[in-house]
Amino acid sequence: MNPFDYLQADNASNAVKLASAAAAGKYLGGGTNLVDLMRETVERPDTLVDVTDLSRRIEARPDGSVMIGAAVKNTALAADRTVRRNFPLLSRAILAGASGQIRNMATVGGNILQRTRCTYFYDEASRCNKRDPGRGCDAIDGFNRYHAILGASPSCVATHPSDMCVALAALDAIVHLEGPEGVRMLKLVDLHRLPGGRPDIETELRPHELITDVELPALSFAARSTYRKVRDRASYAFALVSVAAALDLGDDGNVKDVRVALGGVAHKPWRALKMEAALRGRAATEVNFRAAAEGELSDAAGLRDNAFNRTRQADDRCRPR
Amino acid sequence: MQGSIQLEISRRVLLISSAATIAVNGVVTRDAAAQAAGSQMNNTEVSFVVNAESRKLNVDNRTTLLDALREHLHLTGTKKGCDHGQCGACTVMVDGRRINSCLTLVVMHEGDEITTIEGLGQPGNLHPMQAAFIKHDGFQCGYCTPGQICSSVAMLEEIKANIPSHVTENLTAETKTTPTEIRERMSGNICRCGAYSNIVDAIAEVAGTKA
Ligand SMILES: Cc1cc2nc3c(=O)[nH]c(=O)nc-3n(C[C@H](O)[C@H](O)[C@H](O)COP(=O)(O)OP(=O)(O)OC[C@H]3O[C@@H](n4cnc5c(N)ncnc54)[C@H](O)[C@@H]3O)c2cc1C
Ligand code: SF4
Ligand code: FES
Ligand code: FES
Repeated sequence: MNPFDYLQADNASNAVKLASAAAAGKYLGGGTNLVDLMRETVERPDTLVDVTDLSRRIEARPDGSVMIGAAVKNTALAADRTVRRNFPLLSRAILAGASGQIRNMATVGGNILQRTRCTYFYDEASRCNKRDPGRGCDAIDGFNRYHAILGASPSCVATHPSDMCVALAALDAIVHLEGPEGVRMLKLVDLHRLPGGRPDIETELRPHELITDVELPALSFAARSTYRKVRDRASYAFALVSVAAALDLGDDGNVKDVRVALGGVAHKPWRALKMEAALRGRAATEVNFRAAAEGELSDAAGLRDNAFNRTRQADDRCRPR
Repeated sequence: MQGSIQLEISRRVLLISSAATIAVNGVVTRDAAAQAAGSQMNNTEVSFVVNAESRKLNVDNRTTLLDALREHLHLTGTKKGCDHGQCGACTVMVDGRRINSCLTLVVMHEGDEITTIEGLGQPGNLHPMQAAFIKHDGFQCGYCTPGQICSSVAMLEEIKANIPSHVTENLTAETKTTPTEIRERMSGNICRCGAYSNIVDAIAEVAGTKA
């Protein structure tokens, strides 16, 4: 680990000031990803601004929306009464990730900005365009079981590893930001980028922008939702593929409205808009679900170890529980 | 307030620019790292309570809580397995909540109350969970055991606090202590010797449920 200066921020504006004043300042959440990457010298900040004392509030508003402070711990969000009752897919997604210990440390802001688990990204001895732009990508012809089947590029086939973000993508969550130029909002689905030719640029965030809150807009049918995850062991493993879904069924058995997002398949949480469009107004049958899933995956491209993911995903989604 | 922040920033910028002279292309060399580590800027004084005793340390900011406990405070009950958050051997409790001490910096714990295996119980005065692990043979080599015990004690509190898990069927009901719940909630603690079934028995006994 390289040496660094450690500072604590007591409010968002101070955090932004402190981080922007440093040559290579970074925000520190629970540290569960950043400390690990610093130890491997993949991340080399000269200053850490601890933002875990910023907002830890979860505010359920009368209109059905919820405001979540960026410093809220993953455990606290999953355990929140309103979230469990009205947005179960979010509780379930968080609880499907990591371990009890890690969820107690990890923050909402840090979870959103956690970096890929591609093993080559962590290993300084291998070639990785994300770590070292232009050097090549050892994953494309290497071990790529956990890699992308959608939206990847010849430069990078890494996936975004978060479970929580898959639920946030399905819910159209809005990320509130504060930066040196002021405050703004971004939809979570617009925050992460596809790799293209620059996999080292992972988000649309401007330098030193801080996530202050995440907002869940009201969604009438979010209570009818869930999260499912396929992984190499029953617990404590990253997703090979995961699905967050919410369904609004009419009295006629037809899909009135639906939200679907996929995890473990792309460089960003993947909102399955094609699938949603294919399902709206159609009968909620296994055949239709399967056809809609196949449609979403029509552009999917498999690599040596992850081609199974295409079929796995279609099957898993369709199988009634 | 504003003024003092400005001042603080300019002081830091000065320190940073002097540090920059020893860095080449943003990559700090080993020697430079060692020099910088000795400087004020990269060290912090931390006061916290460990096993009911107040402790004060002046540490390099890079020190993890795990290394502070083992190397500085010589509390070697807490183990280093993977140093990446993957095994749970380093589990301790901070303000009653279990965390992996290898993924957290000690400077983040100013004022916190930390409990390690040494604080839970000692020979002759065992915590009920320690006694249950012995009774049920909840270990073989014992390397994962301090982490398993700290984790399980805090885990039972999480169930009491109605925190759900991946296997909780009804998210709006009170959470229950079942063997399935125990297994899922303990998945962050790996045991290379595979003592899992006896570990679940020990925890279930303390929880008052049948495994
Ligand atoms: C063994 C292991 C298994 C795991 N398994 C899973 C899993 O199955 N599913 C899953 O989803 N995750 C998993 N994780 C990842 C875990 O969820 C993330 O490490 C965690 O959510 C990151 O949160 P943090 O607060 O610790 O972030 P940090 O490590 O503190 O920070 C991560 C990044 O976010 C930035 N950051 C933090 N807060 C802010 C903010 N407010 N504004 C702007 N930037 C900020 C930091 O600068 C850093 O770049 C696992 C991790 C480990 C170690
Ligand atoms: S997939 Fe992306 S992160 Fe992994 S080695 Fe290739 S460039 Fe690096
Ligand atoms: S040593 Fe901390 S989890 Fe393995
Ligand atoms: S008892 Fe040996 S690792 Fe668990």
